[in-house]
Amino acid sequence: MMARKPVTFTLNGSERAAFAADGQNLLQFLRQEVGDMTPKFGCGQGGCGACTVLVDGAPHLSCLMLAEAVQGRRVETVAGLARGATPHPLQEAFMEHFAAQCGYCTPGMLMAAKALLDRTPRPTRDEVIEAIGGNLCRCTGYAPIIDAILAAANRRTPA
Amino acid sequence: MIEFRKEFFADERDDDLATIGQRVRRQDILGHVTGRSPFYDDHRFEGLLHIRCARSPHHHARIRRIDTAAAERMPGVVRVLTGRDVPRNLNTLLSLLDFGLDDEPILAETKVAYRGEPVAAVIAETEALARDAVAAVRVEYEELPHVLDPEEALKPGAPVVCDVYPTNRFIYHGKYDHQKLRYGDVEAAFARADHIVEGRYQMSPIEQAPIETCGAIAAPEVNDRYVCFTGTQGLFFSLGTAAKVLQMPSSRLHFVGGTVGGGFGGKVDSVHEPIAILGAMLTGRPCKFAWDREEEMQVGAPRGAERWYLKDAVARDGRILARKFTGYFDAGAYTRLSSYAVIKAVGHLPGPYTIPNVHADVHCVYTNRTPSTAMRGFGITGVDFAIECHMDKVAEAVGMNPVELRILNAYRDGDMKAHRREAKNCALVECCQVVAEKAGVTLSPEARAASSRTGGGGERARLPAFTRTDQDGRVEGFDTGSYARKTGSAPPPRSESTRHTTAAPQTTPSSQPRPAAPPPRAPQPPAPPLASGQRADAGGSMPPADAASPPAAPRRTGALRFSSLSGFRRR
Amino acid sequence: MSVTVETCATAAEAARALGQGAQYLGGGTIVMRRVNAGDQHLSRLVRSTDPGLRAIRSTSQGVSLGAGVTMAQIMAHPDLGFLAPAARAVGGPALREMATVGGNLFARAPYGDLAVLLLALGAQAVMSDGGSPRPLEELWRGGRSGLVLSLEVPRPREARATGYLKVARVHPVGTPVISLAAYLPREGGRIRGARIAMTGMGATPRRATAAERVLEGAALDAASIARAAAVAAEGLEPLDDALATAWYRREVAGVHLSRLLEGLERG
Repeated sequence: MMARKPVTFTLNGSERAAFAADGQNLLQFLRQEVGDMTPKFGCGQGGCGACTVLVDGAPHLSCLMLAEAVQGRRVETVAGLARGATPHPLQEAFMEHFAAQCGYCTPGMLMAAKALLDRTPRPTRDEVIEAIGGNLCRCTGYAPIIDAILAAANRRTPA
Repeated sequence: MIEFRKEFFADERDDDLATIGQRVRRQDILGHVTGRSPFYDDHRFEGLLHIRCARSPHHHARIRRIDTAAAERMPGVVRVLTGRDVPRNLNTLLSLLDFGLDDEPILAETKVAYRGEPVAAVIAETEALARDAVAAVRVEYEELPHVLDPEEALKPGAPVVCDVYPTNRFIYHGKYDHQKLRYGDVEAAFARADHIVEGRYQMSPIEQAPIETCGAIAAPEVNDRYVCFTGTQGLFFSLGTAAKVLQMPSSRLHFVGGTVGGGFGGKVDSVHEPIAILGAMLTGRPCKFAWDREEEMQVGAPRGAERWYLKDAVARDGRILARKFTGYFDAGAYTRLSSYAVIKAVGHLPGPYTIPNVHADVHCVYTNRTPSTAMRGFGITGVDFAIECHMDKVAEAVGMNPVELRILNAYRDGDMKAHRREAKNCALVECCQVVAEKAGVTLSPEARAASSRTGGGGERARLPAFTRTDQDGRVEGFDTGSYARKTGSAPPPRSESTRHTTAAPQTTPSSQPRPAAPPPRAPQPPAPPLASGQRADAGGSMPPADAASPPAAPRRTGALRFSSLSGFRRR
Repeated sequence: MSVTVETCATAAEAARALGQGAQYLGGGTIVMRRVNAGDQHLSRLVRSTDPGLRAIRSTSQGVSLGAGVTMAQIMAHPDLGFLAPAARAVGGPALREMATVGGNLFARAPYGDLAVLLLALGAQAVMSDGGSPRPLEELWRGGRSGLVLSLEVPRPREARATGYLKVARVHPVGTPVISLAAYLPREGGRIRGARIAMTGMGATPRRATAAERVLEGAALDAASIARAAAVAAEGLEPLDDALATAWYRREVAGVHLSRLLEGLERG
C-alpha cells in the first residue's frame, strides 16, 4: 500500500480534504482524488499550461506541484469561476469572441486570464499576450483569446 | 472581418447567406468555458487501472525474447499483456473497407519496425506503478539495419521494413506498386519545349501536437458489453477496429466520444481502444490507456514526410505544355492511411491547371520511421506545396509574374483534366485576380479580363490523341489474397482500344479466378527460448485465415460505397 | 521508481537528509517533470518549508537571494530591476511563480536564463556546509556538496552596465538557443572588469573570456564590439541539441553578442 498524506485546502472557496499519494502532483490530485476535472493534462512538463490553476491568487502549473504543497492554501479552478448559473465575464467573453474550438486549453487560458485581470484590471494587449505566454493553443491562433480577455477587462471596469 | 466579393459568379448565387458573417456561438462553447465538456478522461471510475507500454528503443530489430516476469511481480501490477494476448494481433485501418492488408501488430511479437513501437502493455493500480513496471520489462532485441528515407528504401538491398510488403512499397489491388497517371505524351512535349523547369520539393513529418494526448478508458458494462470513452476522431473507425482486433461483435462495444481536445488528423486511426478494452476484459476493471506528451510526439503518427520531383515543359509565352511528377510518400513502418493519402495526392495532379500532357508515378514507401497518418488537408498539402512552388519557378524561368502565370494556365469550365473528367465550377482565375488586387500586383489587361467561365471547353475539352503508356510498375513475384476481387468472377476485361487508352497499364486478364492465397510473410525467425511463465504453445501471430481455400474465391462483402478504391467501379 | 517525499522545516535538516542519495525538490519545475515521467533514478525527494529560503535581503554589496526565491518574487521586488529581465525570460507567468533561483543554477544546458546573468554579475553561492561563499564557476565545477542556501549578488555600479538577451525560437516562452548576459562597468569611458556569460556554450553557463579580454580597457564602440563578436565563441563548447546544432550556436554567438553590446552602447 502506498503512503498517503491528508491534504486540507480551500478549493473555489470551500474547504476540502483528500488523501494524496506520495509524489502525486496537484493535477492528478484535483482530478482523481478531489473530482475537479476542469484542469487538464497536456504534457506533464510545464510546457503547455493546460493544467494552470490559481494558488493563493497566483497562477501555478498544477502538473509540476506536489499535491501536498497546497496544504492550507487557497486553490481556484475553472469550476469556481461562474456564480451559480451566471458566467464569469471572462467566460462570457470567450463565448462571445469564439475563443475556444476544441476547448481543451480553455480552462488553463481562463485561469491565466483571471490571474491577470485580478491584478491588472485594464491590461494592454502586450500584457495579455504575456499573461497567456505559458498557455499553448493549437486551434484558435490566439487572436480570439486575446480579444476575449481584453473585452472582458473592458466590461468589468465601470464606465 | 469577412469581405464578400459578391460580384463573382453573381448569377449562380442566391445571396441568402444567413449564418456566414454573423456572430454565432459554438453550441459546445459553454461546456468549454465551464470545463464541463466531457473529454474522454473526464470520467471517474472506481478501481481504475492504468496501462503503459514497453516500447522499442530501436528503429528496426528482431525480438528474440520478451520477459515480463519481473514486471509482473512489481507492486501494484495486475497484468502484463503481450501480443499473444491480443485475439487478432494484426491490423490496418483501411482493411475495414477491404482496402489494404493487415500489416501492423497491436503489440509487436516477432520484430519492431520503428522506435517507440509497443512490445508489452503493463496494467497497474497507478500510472506511477505502471511506469516502474515498464522499466522492468526485459526485451532482447537483435538490431537490424534500418532505413529512414523513402528513396533509400527503394534502392536494391534496402532493409525490408514491413514483411507484408517486401519491396517496401504498398501494393494496390494486389498488383501495382505505385499510383500512376498517364495523359498525353510528356516526352514529346519536353522535346519541343522552350523551357524545361525542374524542381525537387520535400517536407519532414509534421506532428499534429494536439493539447490533449491520445487515450481511451474502457470498462465492463452491463449485459456483457464494454463501454469505451475515447478521444478518437473516428468513433466508427475505432469501434470497427476494436471489434476486429478483439474478435468480438461490435454489438458488445459501446463507444462514447466526439469530444476531442484537438485531433487535426492525429486521432483518426488511434488504436488505444483495443488495448484499453482488452485490459478491461482480462482484469474485469476499468482501464485507462493514455499517451504522455513524449509518446504523443515520438510514437503518435505524424503527417508523413513527402518528396516530389517535378519537371515542366513550358512554352515561351508561359503555357505549361507538360508536367511530370515523381512522388514519394513516407508511410513509415506501417500502412495506416498512407496508401489512401497517395490516391488523394494523385487526384490533385497536375494542380488546378489545364496541362495537356501529364505523367505521374507516386509511391507509398515504407521506412523505419514512425508510421504516419492524416493531418489537415490529408495527402494533398505536400503535393500542392510542391506544385505552387514550382509554378513560381516556372514564372521566373519565363519572366512572367507568378499570378499572371497562374491565370494563363488555370482550368476553365469545360476543360478536360488529366483524370479524364471535365473541369467544373472553376474559380482559380477569380481568386488570382483578387490576390493581385490585394497584393498590389499589376496584371495585364488579358489577365484582368480573364474568367473561369470563358475560354474553356472546345479544343481544350478533348482527350489527347495519343497517350503514351508504359510497363513501369508491373510487379513481379508478388502474390496476395482475394483482396479486391469481385465475387467468383474474373476481373473486368481491359478495353483494348487503340485510340483512347486507359490510365492503367495493360495487364493480362486471367481466364479464371485466381486461387486465393494467404498474404506473403517473411520467413519466421527461430523460435525464441521460453522464459519462465510463458506458455509452451507457438508464439507469433498468424495472419487471419480469411482467404478461402482454392478454388472458390471468397464472397465480397463490405462497404461498396468505396468500391472505386478497390477498382470495382466501372469507368 | 515511485517516490517518497520528505518535508523539512529547516534548510539545515534538508541538507542533512540530502546526504543519503535523495534529490532536492525546490520549485518543482525541473524535478517534477522527472517524477511525472517515472524517472527510475528518483526515489527520495527532500523539500524544505524554511522561510529563509524565500527571503530577499539587502546587503552592503548588493542583495542576498534565498535559493527558493522565485522568478516572480524577483520581478515584483522594487530593488531587483537589474535582475528582472532575466527572471522574466524564464517560462510563462505560472512557471515564474514556481521556478527558483537555486533551481535555475542547476538547470541543465541550455537552460539557465537567470544563472547566466548571475554569473556575469559575479554572484556567489552560500552553501549549507557553512563555508565561505563560492563563485558559481566553482559550484559548477565541484559538483554538489550540500544545499545552496542563498546567492550573494553584487549590485551593479550603474544600471546601464548590465545587459541581458535571450535568444529563443518561440516567444514569449521558449527554451533558449543561447542566452547572453554582460556586465561592463566603465571608468572614464573604459571598461573595467568586463564579464560576459552565455548559456548553450557549454555544459553550464560559461564566461566568454576571449570576448572579455578584447573589451577589457577598451571603450564600448562599434570597433570593439566587432572585435568582441569575432571571438565570441572562442574557448567555448557550443551545445548540439534538438534546438540547434553546435555549428549554429558557434555561428550566431557573435551576432547576438553584437546586438547585446550595441544595446549597452546606446545606453
